[in-house]
Amino acid sequence: MKNIPVQRVDLIFERITCKEIFEKVLDSSPEEIIQAIIDSGLKGRGGAGFPTGLKWQFMSREKSDEKYIVCNADEGEPGTFKDRQILDEVPEKVFCGMAIASKATGAKVGYIYLRGEYRFLVPQLEEKLEEFHKMMKQMGHDLTIHLRLGSGAYICGEESALFESIEGKRGEPRNKPPYPTKSGLFNKPTCINNVETLVYTVMILKYGATHFKELGTKDSRGSKVFSISGDTPKAGIYELELGMSVAEFVEEFGDGDTKAVQVGGASGFCVPRKKFNETIIGFEGVPTGGSMKLFNSSRSMYNVLHNYLDFFAEESCGQCTPCRVGCQQLLHGIEAVKKGEKSSKYLDELVKLAGTMKIASKCGLGQSVGNAFRSIVENFREEIIY
Amino acid sequence: MLFISQSVTHKDNYVKLLIKAGMNTLTDSIGEKVKKHGSTREALLPILQDIITEKSYISDMDMVEVARQLDMSAAEVFGTATFYSFLDTQPRGKYVIRVCKTISCTMKGKNEILATIEEILKIKLGETTADRKFSLLEANCIGWCHKAPAILINEKPYTELTPSKVTEVLQEYIKMK
Repeated sequence: MKNIPVQRVDLIFERITCKEIFEKVLDSSPEEIIQAIIDSGLKGRGGAGFPTGLKWQFMSREKSDEKYIVCNADEGEPGTFKDRQILDEVPEKVFCGMAIASKATGAKVGYIYLRGEYRFLVPQLEEKLEEFHKMMKQMGHDLTIHLRLGSGAYICGEESALFESIEGKRGEPRNKPPYPTKSGLFNKPTCINNVETLVYTVMILKYGATHFKELGTKDSRGSKVFSISGDTPKAGIYELELGMSVAEFVEEFGDGDTKAVQVGGASGFCVPRKKFNETIIGFEGVPTGGSMKLFNSSRSMYNVLHNYLDFFAEESCGQCTPCRVGCQQLLHGIEAVKKGEKSSKYLDELVKLAGTMKIASKCGLGQSVGNAFRSIVENFREEIIY
Repeated sequence: MLFISQSVTHKDNYVKLLIKAGMNTLTDSIGEKVKKHGSTREALLPILQDIITEKSYISDMDMVEVARQLDMSAAEVFGTATFYSFLDTQPRGKYVIRVCKTISCTMKGKNEILATIEEILKIKLGETTADRKFSLLEANCIGWCHKAPAILINEKPYTELTPSKVTEVLQEYIKMK
């Protein structure tokens, strides 16, 4: 186990000429493009992991004069910062991915929803967008991309909340179904993809589906950009092949004293040292939108959990009761246990509450609070109590 | 308009004129933004964001005027504005400092950075300096975990901060108008 190095990949940040690829795309039929993406096995890189090719296929089958392609650049998950780097270094590849998606799905209008925290990127993005629009015109492809900004709401990374926000409303998630490919932005068929996913579609069309498929495992094809932070001497952004174990990851990025890795940010899972070997980073094990946080033995997991719950209590949109009240109660609950106002058994009640939130919450935020809560409480119970 | 108040009897008119002049400036300033972004509901967030860029907060009067020009209820504008943490609806300083409080920044010394800023600006978290130049707030993850601790001053990020580095940064802003 020890000597297998974690496989580095360079697809996302590789400098390429988008024009060449898009010329090839324009000569292909939407079906051919979609088939290539399906064959590659690419799953959404924002965290949820829906097969990208299928999403495009559903969307292409919708009959509507108005269709939208949306790039989700509302990267708000604690510990994720790779989309910022992608948009900073290779924005033209993101636009190219949107153009490919528009060709495949028939959308003529695109939106990039960039989180407000990344406003400093706007001038350079606008400049590159202008160049891109000129290129589209030259090549005779009808696509206009608008840039929209968020204003500090984590929930707007949820796709339907993001649509509401573009429409000028409070970013409150909608009921599903209908799913976006049927009724999304302005209640029209909408294809929404993460920044990184869009760039991978470009690279798949450049190098072929097989090249991408050869990387990773059966359930997690390809590579992924990881945002690595916390107690590590090598914090930063790395593109790695999927399917490594947490142990291999820690071997490469740990500081020698790693006691836990939080995979997938505040809404992800905490993997304790004793499970490093058996846990695979990927859709068959712990899925991640890229956030990897390492904690060494000097850290209190109570503080980590408290920080996450405080985050969720603030960022819950407040629309549905399980999430709004649940987040607050989990936070107050662990505080009460820590202070000794409640017995340690109360933690079991809180775990049940987290389970209820998973079933009863309207969107992914409330549904995933329990991931971090359960995995931290179950593995570090004594740190929460004492 | 300022040389109108020749006699006390004209005082009421003068006040009315001043209010009207103020309203006109507001109408014009919002009008410009409506012209730029359009008058559909979709334009609401970009308009509110522009107001923030211009003067750091959105006043009640702004919201009423935006509502009037977009032909929607002021309550809708208020409801939307108050949903977003970056759309402040109370007076803020020209430079809004947001200290990231999420886990990586907390682990790497966020509290020390916050204390340093409080000491330099002589304000507490949530407050604005008397000259309305700085406001000090906290923010959830701003996406610089690998270079923690990080802060935003308006839209500009500052990363890998230490007390001395943040002092240097603030001195630059204090020198600015």
